[in-house]
Amino acid sequence: MAEQTPLYREHLQLSGKMVEFAGFLLPVQYSDGISAEHLAVRQNAGLFDVSHMGEIEVSGEQTYAFLDYLLSRSLAKIDQAITSRRALYAVMCAADGTAVDDLLIYPLSPTRCLLIVNAANIAADEAHIRAVADEWARVDILPADLAIDNPSDRWAQLALQGPQSLQVLTKIASGLAGPAVPSTLTARFAADRLAWVAQLSALKKYQFTYLPLALLLGESYDGPTHLMADDFEAGGTTVLVSRTGYTGEDGFEFYLRPEAAPLLWRMLVAAGAKPAGLGARDTLRLEAGMPLYGHELSRTITPREAGLDRFLALDKASFVGQAGLLAEPSRQLVGLVSLGKAIPRAGYPVLSGDQVVGAVTSGTFSPSLNKGIALALVERTAIPADDLGLPSAGYLAALPSDVDHTAGIHTLPIEIRGRSEPFALCLTPFI
Amino acid sequence: MSNIPQELRYAKTHEWVQLTGNLIRVGITDHAQCELGDLVFAEAKPAGTPVKPGQVIGSVESVKTASDLYSPADGVIAASNASLADQPEQINTDPYASWFVEIELAAADWPAGLMTAAEYKTFIGE
Repeated sequence: MAEQTPLYREHLQLSGKMVEFAGFLLPVQYSDGISAEHLAVRQNAGLFDVSHMGEIEVSGEQTYAFLDYLLSRSLAKIDQAITSRRALYAVMCAADGTAVDDLLIYPLSPTRCLLIVNAANIAADEAHIRAVADEWARVDILPADLAIDNPSDRWAQLALQGPQSLQVLTKIASGLAGPAVPSTLTARFAADRLAWVAQLSALKKYQFTYLPLALLLGESYDGPTHLMADDFEAGGTTVLVSRTGYTGEDGFEFYLRPEAAPLLWRMLVAAGAKPAGLGARDTLRLEAGMPLYGHELSRTITPREAGLDRFLALDKASFVGQAGLLAEPSRQLVGLVSLGKAIPRAGYPVLSGDQVVGAVTSGTFSPSLNKGIALALVERTAIPADDLGLPSAGYLAALPSDVDHTAGIHTLPIEIRGRSEPFALCLTPFI
Repeated sequence: MSNIPQELRYAKTHEWVQLTGNLIRVGITDHAQCELGDLVFAEAKPAGTPVKPGQVIGSVESVKTASDLYSPADGVIAASNASLADQPEQINTDPYASWFVEIELAAADWPAGLMTAAEYKTFIGE
């Protein structure tokens, strides 16, 4: 039985086409369709219900020593990330170096960390983390030094994405959308209300902060305005807001208690954010060249093969997956753009001459480029040694279809419905 | 409620069929285009291709998914609608004008196994 998110009724009201995804009922699109939702995020602002994402909390004195062993990225600058409240992307590997999941680390405090994981992997991740903790725990680690908790169903998550995201929030804060500011409100409250937008606009990419839920929702509030990690608890009245997302655009993600999610959703929609479904979420992340677990990362694909070397610290002291990751990969994730009308899909074979040299991991029609695009995992021997000098997807997509593609372009055809269709290697992101 | 013209017949795989003499035209139904969403790719098998019931005679793709059209009959493709490839979105706006292929049949009669408009309406739960 699929779970409903706290925004299920909102989706139905907006005629969302509901599908089951990772055990949750979510809209694949609303009435205007994937392309319109996609372009709204690229040009204006869109709103996603991402409440299905999992939250795993690690806490205790040994939190970061443990995470350093659990995760494949460097945590050398974690103190700085805690102080500046900056989220970090990481891949969690199995012993053989393949990916158990990719996740976002929110370093809340020196003794507390929130991991945002993929919905489909919540149970497997929790089991993996507990197993690694058991293996890692030495006799001198007290239970209080490390605790693992899975409060996933006590958090709702909304993602406001697009170049106009800040304008949408400004509209809410100035009372132009959402509930009107009651005339009885004190001057201090009105000032606080505008101050939170200033606080969000000051966030750098990947930075996060805390806000009183009441201020965000335009309710009266006389508590402290500068909140700390200690104020942030599952089911509580503090919202965590980060300048993050999965679209390649500016935007903000909100972690808040489920009961408050519908009101924030309605306010953001009223302020001009277009509701967008899983379909647009996938085309947007693919154009942005971001991996999706189960496609570009999996228990058969390592983060090195997925081209995520900049998030790896192979030379740090022992961590899970280190030995497997040290082996030189024979496959590499590449970007391909259609030179014709063909649209690639996950699983289609990639060809070099009459040899199959790989497979598409994710493929779609790109609404921004009006072309088929793909991420594909291919044999390294079939591609140039480095990607310097590769043309952009935009350049290739704009080529007339009747030109001779052999000059200066590295073609790597994809087999679609039994035919070899022309595709060219390109830089990623695609946009 | 989708548009289901009375004079056409329908396949379980959501193709509509129009019979004129010993020729049938085949396209996808309004219900099918609605389920698929914005179409961004379409192609039809070329004229001269012999077909059997259930064989692929064309393909459509939305942003997210690819889907095939199947022949409802035994015959030979007599004409293929080339304009679909350049403007697949016309299938969304006018699915019953957007035929993919014309198939020449051995006899001037409806192929077996098709549904009437009323039956198709029930079939898609409307």
